[in-house]
Amino acid sequence: MAASMNGPGTAGIVARAQALFDDLSFTAAREWKAAGPARKVIGYMPIYVPRELIHAAGFLPLGIVGGGDQLEVIHGDAYYQSYICRIPRSTIELGVSGRLDFVDGMLFPSICDVIRNLSGMWKTMFPHVYVRYFDVPQTYRDDIGGNYYIHELAELRDDLGALRGSPITDDELRGSIAVYNDNRRLVRELYAFRAQSPWQAPAAEVYLVLRAGLVLPVEEHSAMIRGYLAAVADEKRPRRDNCRIVLTGVFCEQPPLNLIKSLELAGCYVVDDDLLLITRWLVGDVDPEGDPLRNLALAFLHQSESTAAKYEPNLKEKGQHLVRAVRRSGAEGVIFACPSFCDPALLERPMLQHVLKDANIPYIAFKYAENSGQMQPIREQAGTFADSIKLWSGT
Amino acid sequence: MTTTFVTPKAAPAKEVEKDASMLKQKQMMAAHYDRLTRAPETGEKVCATFVPGNLNELIMCFDLVNNLPEVNAIQSGLRRQSGAYVLEAEKIGHSEDVCTYVKSDIGMMAKGNIGPNGQKMPDPDVLLLSYTGCFTFMKWFELLREQFKCETIMLQTPYLGDGKITRNMVEYMVKQLKEDVIPKLERVSGVKFDIDRLREYLKKSVAAEDDLVRVLQSAKSKPSPIDAYFGGIYYIGPIFGAFRGTDDAIEYYKFLRDEVEERLAGGKGPVTPDGDMGKEKYRLVVEGPPNYTNFRQFWKMFYDEGAVVVASSYTKVGGVYDLGFRHDPDHPLETLAEYCLGVYTNRSLPMRIEMLANYIREYDADGLLINSIKSCNSFSAGQLLIMREVEKRTGKPAAFIESDLVDPRYFSAANIKNRLESYFQMIEQKRAGARAAA
Repeated sequence: MAASMNGPGTAGIVARAQALFDDLSFTAAREWKAAGPARKVIGYMPIYVPRELIHAAGFLPLGIVGGGDQLEVIHGDAYYQSYICRIPRSTIELGVSGRLDFVDGMLFPSICDVIRNLSGMWKTMFPHVYVRYFDVPQTYRDDIGGNYYIHELAELRDDLGALRGSPITDDELRGSIAVYNDNRRLVRELYAFRAQSPWQAPAAEVYLVLRAGLVLPVEEHSAMIRGYLAAVADEKRPRRDNCRIVLTGVFCEQPPLNLIKSLELAGCYVVDDDLLLITRWLVGDVDPEGDPLRNLALAFLHQSESTAAKYEPNLKEKGQHLVRAVRRSGAEGVIFACPSFCDPALLERPMLQHVLKDANIPYIAFKYAENSGQMQPIREQAGTFADSIKLWSGT
Repeated sequence: MTTTFVTPKAAPAKEVEKDASMLKQKQMMAAHYDRLTRAPETGEKVCATFVPGNLNELIMCFDLVNNLPEVNAIQSGLRRQSGAYVLEAEKIGHSEDVCTYVKSDIGMMAKGNIGPNGQKMPDPDVLLLSYTGCFTFMKWFELLREQFKCETIMLQTPYLGDGKITRNMVEYMVKQLKEDVIPKLERVSGVKFDIDRLREYLKKSVAAEDDLVRVLQSAKSKPSPIDAYFGGIYYIGPIFGAFRGTDDAIEYYKFLRDEVEERLAGGKGPVTPDGDMGKEKYRLVVEGPPNYTNFRQFWKMFYDEGAVVVASSYTKVGGVYDLGFRHDPDHPLETLAEYCLGVYTNRSLPMRIEMLANYIREYDADGLLINSIKSCNSFSAGQLLIMREVEKRTGKPAAFIESDLVDPRYFSAANIKNRLESYFQMIEQKRAGARAAA
């Protein structure tokens, strides 16, 4: 668990991130909480919650993205039919098995019907925990969706202030916005570096470093990214004759780490993705001056990522974020990896595929679950895709 | 889940016995589909929207004809056409995992978009994305927008995660209506919005809503004169569809209420496709939508055993009138907002649990049956917890069956029948236990 970050190069940092990833008891977050009597931990699920509000209360935001492929789901399956995705059942497992017994609150963002309903399940099953379904606007005018969202943010701020025992001030919130702006800049830098030199920053490593941000205090996570960026360019790593792909559809239930590794082993450098989107949801800085709730609302309305859980009001703009991601990262193709039974990703996929087809961008698609164990078919499919790009692209 | 491939060509069915209100509704539906399919000739413009959050009164203010893709999918299911439509949609790239209403709709379009009256359905002029209680709706209309490239209007209904309607929610919806939805509908239709016209329609809605509630609550009697699930689906048709706010709906519900009250006075049970139901043996509350591809076969499994559904959640997806909601002509936009906010699928899981437990008590039901629908996560996610909680709170047994809305591959008659028979035995045992303890 307490792997050193002081090892040579990136190895120590990656080992620390891997240890955090492997720890299904969330020891780091437990230790953080135990360090002060007033400390509280607020869990959140994908895709987006304004972590600044939690941080401003002096609490730790804790990202919960299911149980992965190492968690044996015993109780969780009793709550879900076979045709429901895996993430809610492993999240229930985390809750029922006591692994989240130190969590004081849970936020369930507006992403799909399953996560939405899970908010009500959590209220029923864990009545002592603060639970909020966090709704966000699907209309983007400042005076309509913006005003609604500011009220929602204010309610959340009030609730968190009540949990703390004193209201969250604007100054506290402005301070937290600045801290998260810093973190987002570093994540953008990390992604830009990988897009430029994917052989230096393997997708699995970048993922682990990013994932650490779900359980660490943001300041510590920013330091981790800084350390990784400082060391990674000097790593001696072979440059392979891989193709470059954007991985999409992986914004909620996480693929197994082996799946990410398999893609690169099969000849596909991942140069952009929608993994752990909360770390890049806001694509620019939030204004740290002025009314902080308004600034967070405006950032959400006008500077947030496109994804399947979000309504796109402009038909011409539909799917263009993916085309832009391909162009920006110099990708040669797109891999749609969607969790089984994921309504948003799977309903969105045909529309995105049409857009890619019009833009002459090749793609493949497959499904996975967070506990998928058999990677051979995926390796074969990705390998064939890589070969086809290498052999036929540009002809 | 057991998967069964149902042969579309079943043995010839016995002629269904229909009561007069069913015949009247059939005429209304036929006239509506004729109006829709004639729209390209008559020049009437078409607005597609969804049942939960259906703003029929507002749509009528713009002389638009209301087209409900879910209802089209149901019609395809009842006519056993949806299986082929679903396969067609999967063939053109839609996942086997997603909502079969969507795939039936898209498959129907891919195969010529022929409506239930055998005529080509019109292209929509506007998609009113009344986004209430189901994320799939959003993707569904994005998919249709891609195909028809028409105006698409989002009306977001915030979810009642905390179990209450807040002022912020209502103000948000009213603002959307005033500043976005209505101006766009004016532009598409060329008709200026008249709030007094809306008020008139809303007054008519109230009259029909009152009568619907009388019909639904008649099931509190023993025996129940109605089946509030299988029969209830017919009863909600006009008010959930394109008739709320019309004289037709007032007449239909008045007619239906008279019929039901007559049955009540005569101590009769529900009318089934095979005529009057026999002795009422079991009173059930049902959660979840039905299967439509084998609707009659499904219903028969109940009435053959003397089981009647006295209350159901599915008949509240287009409004919870029995909980007291009525459209309010004095606050026309606010009432539209509150209507959307309150529909069953927009209610949090704890609200749903409470509602179902109350139904069991108020309707003196023997227990809860959940029909879990493979392709409807809005309903299905969390139903196993609902089952446990309702059992715990009421002390009444609950049971769980699985099927799908309009995908015949997920209707396993033998499996469902076995589970129902076991459930009825469980109820008998409970009763015997209660008698022994008394």
